[in-house]
Amino acid sequence: MKLELRGITKRFGTLLANDHIDVVVESGQIHCLLGENGAGKSTLMNVLYGLYEPSEGEILIDGKPVSFRGPGDAMAAGIGMVHQHFMLVPVFTVAENVALGAEPTKAAGFLNLDETRRRIREISDQYGFDVDPDALVEDLPVGVQQRVEIIKALVRNAKVLILDEPTAVLTPQETDELLDIMRQLKAGGTSIVFISHKLREVKEVSDTITVIRRGKVVGSAEPSASTTDLASMMVGRAVSLTLEKAPAKPQEKTFEVRDLTVIAHNGQHVVDGLSFDIARGEILAVAGVQGNGQTELTEAILGLQDRVSGSITLDGKELLGRSVKDVLKAGVGFVPEDRKVDGLVGTFSVAENLVLDLYDKPPYAKGISMSPARILENAKARIDEFDVRTPSAAAAAGTLSGGNQQKVVMARELSRPLRLFIASQPTRGVDVGSIEFLHRRIVAERDQGTPVMIISTELDEVMELADRIAVLYKGKLVGIVPAGTGRDVLGLMMAGIHPDEQAHPQPAASRPAPTSDAEGGDHV
Amino acid sequence: MSEQHPPKRPAGDEQGDTQPAKPHQPNLAAEETAAVVSVDTAGGAMGPSAVPASAQSGQLPGGPDTLLRKIFTGSGMVSVLAVFLALVIGGLLIASTDTRVASTASYFFARPTDFLTAVWNAATRSYIALFQGAVFNPRGNSVAAQFAPFMETLTIATPLITAGLGVALAFRAGLFNIGAQGQIIVAGILAAWVGFALHLPLGLHLLLVLVAGIVGGALWGGLVGVLKARTGAHEVILTIMFNYIALYFLRYLLNTPAFQRPGESNPISPILDPSAVYPQIFGSQYRLHLGFILAIGATVLVWWLLNRSTVGFEFRAVGANPKAAQTAGINVSRSTILVMAIAGGLAGMSGVAQVAGTEKVLTDGVAATYGFDAITVALLGRSTPWGTFAAGLLFGAFRAGAVQMQIQTGTPIDIVLVVQSLIVLFIAAPPLVRAVFGLNPRRKKPARAAKSTKAATTGGAA
Amino acid sequence: MSTTVSSRPGNPQPDNAAADTGAASISAKPVSWKTPVLLAAFGLIALVFFGLLGPNKTASFGISTGSDFFQLPALEVNAFGGGIVLSVLLLALAAYAVYLKTKGRPAPVWLTVTFIVLFVAAFLIWVVGGARTPSISLAGLIAGSVTLAVPLVFGSLSGVLCERVGVVNIAIEGQLLGGAFTAAIVATMTQNPFIGLAAAAVAGAVVSMVLALFSIKYLVNQIIVGVVLNVLVSGVTGFLFSTVMQEDKARYNSPPGLDIIQIPILSEVPIIGPILFRQSLVGYLMYVAVLVVWVGLFKTRWGLRVRAVGEHPQAADTLGINVNATRFWNVTLGGAVAGIGGSFFTLVAIDSFTKEISGGRGFIALAALIFGRWNPIGAFFAALLFGFADNLQSIVTIIGTPVPSQFMAMLPYLVTVLAVAGLVGRSRGPAASGIPYVKG
Repeated sequence: MKLELRGITKRFGTLLANDHIDVVVESGQIHCLLGENGAGKSTLMNVLYGLYEPSEGEILIDGKPVSFRGPGDAMAAGIGMVHQHFMLVPVFTVAENVALGAEPTKAAGFLNLDETRRRIREISDQYGFDVDPDALVEDLPVGVQQRVEIIKALVRNAKVLILDEPTAVLTPQETDELLDIMRQLKAGGTSIVFISHKLREVKEVSDTITVIRRGKVVGSAEPSASTTDLASMMVGRAVSLTLEKAPAKPQEKTFEVRDLTVIAHNGQHVVDGLSFDIARGEILAVAGVQGNGQTELTEAILGLQDRVSGSITLDGKELLGRSVKDVLKAGVGFVPEDRKVDGLVGTFSVAENLVLDLYDKPPYAKGISMSPARILENAKARIDEFDVRTPSAAAAAGTLSGGNQQKVVMARELSRPLRLFIASQPTRGVDVGSIEFLHRRIVAERDQGTPVMIISTELDEVMELADRIAVLYKGKLVGIVPAGTGRDVLGLMMAGIHPDEQAHPQPAASRPAPTSDAEGGDHV
Repeated sequence: MSEQHPPKRPAGDEQGDTQPAKPHQPNLAAEETAAVVSVDTAGGAMGPSAVPASAQSGQLPGGPDTLLRKIFTGSGMVSVLAVFLALVIGGLLIASTDTRVASTASYFFARPTDFLTAVWNAATRSYIALFQGAVFNPRGNSVAAQFAPFMETLTIATPLITAGLGVALAFRAGLFNIGAQGQIIVAGILAAWVGFALHLPLGLHLLLVLVAGIVGGALWGGLVGVLKARTGAHEVILTIMFNYIALYFLRYLLNTPAFQRPGESNPISPILDPSAVYPQIFGSQYRLHLGFILAIGATVLVWWLLNRSTVGFEFRAVGANPKAAQTAGINVSRSTILVMAIAGGLAGMSGVAQVAGTEKVLTDGVAATYGFDAITVALLGRSTPWGTFAAGLLFGAFRAGAVQMQIQTGTPIDIVLVVQSLIVLFIAAPPLVRAVFGLNPRRKKPARAAKSTKAATTGGAA
Repeated sequence: MSTTVSSRPGNPQPDNAAADTGAASISAKPVSWKTPVLLAAFGLIALVFFGLLGPNKTASFGISTGSDFFQLPALEVNAFGGGIVLSVLLLALAAYAVYLKTKGRPAPVWLTVTFIVLFVAAFLIWVVGGARTPSISLAGLIAGSVTLAVPLVFGSLSGVLCERVGVVNIAIEGQLLGGAFTAAIVATMTQNPFIGLAAAAVAGAVVSMVLALFSIKYLVNQIIVGVVLNVLVSGVTGFLFSTVMQEDKARYNSPPGLDIIQIPILSEVPIIGPILFRQSLVGYLMYVAVLVVWVGLFKTRWGLRVRAVGEHPQAADTLGINVNATRFWNVTLGGAVAGIGGSFFTLVAIDSFTKEISGGRGFIALAALIFGRWNPIGAFFAALLFGFADNLQSIVTIIGTPVPSQFMAMLPYLVTVLAVAGLVGRSRGPAASGIPYVKG
């Protein structure tokens, strides 16, 4: 089946998300849409999948124009989609999730899931998925959930499968397995639209690459094109991803974590016996695939977790068991991983958000009486300093772009003297210009002699910022390695394999930096 | 209102790909609503708040959200139109049951003007009576009598305002305080008891009555806060149940000799001591009492609390995004308990206004329906202190006028409930009101496409 | 409304963390102390008040009614002894719950249910034993409870239908009231109670449509719409009652009732008979509705889609299910169900409409829905329990017990507070309940 998008344009109000995009997906081909976050890839695919109606343009299947009024039409036409955030009902079984929307029934609408179970087993055997049709989805690991999503599409006889950033939540090993599955599907005649911004994967698996930037197709490339070329096409200019930063001058170790264990509500040890230190003037980057205990680690430090044991000391003082307020008062600056949920109050003004954790401290408050004038003054200063693009200090923070929201959070946390700075996913969903700016601020904070801890699932960000790299896997510390450790070593560590356990341990510092530089286009 | 994690947002919500998280919908007004909801709900992570998103931020000097701008950009206009629309529908309801309308309808096709005149007359007659009973009665014998209705409006508005402030304050902290009714009752019990059972010097006695009432309401509200904070029980269920518990407790007390008049067994308490009641502000000819002045004071206090104090900042932050508030070091449990206690205390002032001001005795009708009306008052006032004050006055006027309306025209008081609830419904759905009045911005088709390239590049890259 | 007991707002639990670390070491799930402690407290209350301080009199419970086709002797229990025995059993259950807790396991549902049943029995023996005339008809008590529970069951089914699809329904009270009013006026004007019943369903559905319209199309907070709708319906029915019904009662407000239909023979079986086989049409419809909703929700395609929309609307949307239409029609259906429940007031219980005839039962239905954990069967039994409390209140007033009737009236509300505060344990409502669905 040949799929063609012709002149697809999608507007949201005044915002142009897709601008006359033309893409042709040939039958039995893996076609990659490459573009940085916010380039408009997902919007395009949502148009193709019938979730959005295109403002202009048409979709053709085997040369015939089609129009989708909803995902149902798209599925009927043979298009399946695996969303970046899985579209699975957690409290349903695999079979129920697969059947949903196209349920086999007996008389009078009674469900008959036996047929669905059979199909699931069939597909599962064919591709080696190992999925139990009667397992509850919420009990399955993400990797398996993703397979359920693929099964969902295959059960519906998808001829074209859209995979939207499928590797974001996978370990390198799981990623490799997925790439294998994609090749198998291709061999079976399924076309795949692979959406990604990770150049390595794209190069490895694609037949054709279309690069999208700011809602437009800026060109197409062969998988053999060099990483740097692809990166600059994607970003729109020559990319230099090495941050110019002076070597760290670590001083005394003021932040110590010992035997830290966090037990989640469901009883799992989500952080399991962690011990590490951070010195003043150094950046420790915590790497790992999403969901391996990073969130709980930062929350434990901040005092947001209930069941925590071990010890966390800053400047010799124990932080464990103290309230969030006390921890912040001890000089901890914290940039949470999800700014919309944890970092900002979207309906509050920028000015209010800039004092969200300082509102009761002088000069912003005397006793319980706040000083709006001071808060406004502070806002103006921070907005200038961090170049926050906002209509005014009184604009609601939720209306700003992601990068500007992140600047607000960062500006707030860096606006007071810190004894420890923790930033979780500091540049997630942030445009390239802001990334550079934010990275420079983080390094500047380090250079002022603050211990800095960066948590990032983007390996490139880790490699760029870190003075030392700690890798978490299933809540445990796999190891701490120096900056400059190779991507392959880190990749294995992220899968839980310590370098010492390898047959030929890689000397950590022996990998030349330029290699990672060239590959570094990945995360932008 | 789920506090559970919502299902994951659709693809790329935070990654920026679908940053313009507006739906494709047939009209701009709906998109606008959706955009506001999106800001309001942290991108869908929470249910929509009771407080309009535009009202959740504090009022900073120099902000763009001036009253003038509000009026011109619509929310003030929508409020006026909503009230108008509700009155029209109420008028039609009145007319539909009017006998004259019914008789003219039988020959509608012969003489439609008769019918229309009858409809107009039925509705306006009731509303004129309502107005005369609420604001100004030109047929009064003296100036004092002419203004008596207005004084009555203020009297009835008093408990509405304070209880409304309690509900509004809780709304701002993200809590649905359906429990003003029970809080008024408990406050009434304590205040009345202090008022008739203790005999204290002038001044001190009234002060103690006031304190007892506020403490009573604060305890009843605070208890909900404690249960909510400690067990996670939902405050809507808790407050509804607490209303009934308070009511039955009051009925029980009124059946015990301690709360009955000596030698009688009617469920009515002794009259409060003269030293325990609010002085009447404009003399004995009007029922208006000191409680109204206190209500103004409470409004000022709540305004200051919300917009100028750290406590209010915490309330608002917890209400708008509890997770961000907690991450910023705000103790959410403490805020929940505190805000419910203060809300209860404010409702308690209404209880005091009832027993020490208007009624001077305790009966099982002490709270009337003030506690429930307070919810609509707070909603109409968009949960801002002065908005609530104004809404309290409006609904007070409806209540006061409705009594006169029923006497003069036989229109049942219930019409006020209809109008009141319609107003709140319409105000909550501005696109509906605009659609009714044909004010929805026309959807401009490709006219604006040309300039959007630049917009896309700045917005899309987020 | 979707969660009675939820994690505190600020304990972020990343969506996939649990699944990701699936192989991480598992330790016991943290089980709350709330349930064991509450059970123990109630066991002690039972021991002290119903047992040790219990009246040393014989409480008599009539089992058969005169019309039963065979008669069973009345059950006679010494109130003191019965109280002791039952409270010891209660404490044993509590002790078992504590034991389970120390093993890190939650109290199972059967334990809580048994506890409630035994506690109610102990309470009943105590109340009756202490009365002036220590004798009541158990059969009458239970049959009366079922009768009083009818509108509650319909109301809570309405809540189940709405919340399962993701819309919070606080307007149950309004739907009941609207149904009661419409049933009365339509049945009177047509002189046909069946048309009145149908009209009640329509009226409930109309109230629901307003709820659906405002919450789905205009994205107004669902609780607000519900609260306001209750006021609106109360106002409209009150207004029309005063203007229309009061003017000409014979013409507008004397509905012909729905008769009790007795199934021959079966209706004469003691206890079971009056409950299952001596009901009005509305009563029989109640049983049918509970079963149909349960089977529908959990066994059919419709139910799967409904639950998917209530749990994860985006997922349903991507599979071609029209989320907002599903919500709209289910909410409407829920309203119709509640409307039928409302007709019970005017077509079965009382023979005319009065203002506020539903008297807050919509809120008890809401409580039953939560107490029954969003499950039709659970809601049914919760409603029965509340109906029982309601019935007991009037009976104890008649037989003259030391317990003030106001406290009996308070009971459903107190029980609900205890329930939402932890007795029913951690229960989880539909994840997307209360959150409007906006594409994008």
